[in-house]
Amino acid sequence: MAIEVRIPTILRTYTGGEKAVSADGANLSALIDDLEANHVGIKDRLIDNGDLRRFVNVYINDEDVRFIGGLEAELKDGDAVVILPAVAGGAR
Amino acid sequence: MLTIDQATYDAIVAHAKRDHPDEACGIVAGPEGSDRPERLVEMINAAGSPTFYEFDSTDLFQLYKEMDERDEEPVVVYHSHTATEAYPSRTDIGLASEPNAHYVLVSTREHGNNEGPVEFRSYRIVDGEVTEEPVTVVASL
Repeated sequence: MAIEVRIPTILRTYTGGEKAVSADGANLSALIDDLEANHVGIKDRLIDNGDLRRFVNVYINDEDVRFIGGLEAELKDGDAVVILPAVAGGAR
Repeated sequence: MLTIDQATYDAIVAHAKRDHPDEACGIVAGPEGSDRPERLVEMINAAGSPTFYEFDSTDLFQLYKEMDERDEEPVVVYHSHTATEAYPSRTDIGLASEPNAHYVLVSTREHGNNEGPVEFRSYRIVDGEVTEEPVTVVASL
């Protein structure tokens, strides 16, 4: 099983500069654990207190995972995962 | 240094004035590695707030997909501050996630929606470090 995961610029320090890596997992949580096994440190940039970080967006086949089960969102062979940090900020 | 053309500069300022008192936000995309801000993309501030901005997650996805297809990257990421100076806040610094981008801040605190000068400043934000840089406005890139 292989799932392509697109890595944003800011996290490419964990993937040796690679824009996309291959990973496995039956759901997003398992996929992130598999990413961590090969790219140590990346999990902490995605997960905080057992949940997806507020300002990290993950998409499975163009859908924001927050609308399809979050970390429990299911994955299958050939799915495409995209990680994008939120573009956000403000005077507050 | 940020080099930007007059039309793009004016469009960013107009966007900030139009959305005042809410924060306006967007990007200027350019060919990867070129450092040329060529294509302005105004984004909707999903937070609709005078003190916060955030791209809608679906809009964000579409934007990056489009840039990817065109071999572009965000050369400029801009937003406005509507009651404070055009300097990155702690939130801006903490959430900055494009180490290659010029972060442009426009402050509309003086004239709001009306005609008049604005502060237009540019920064690099890398690993929590803010470095201001000069802005050069040219007739065309």
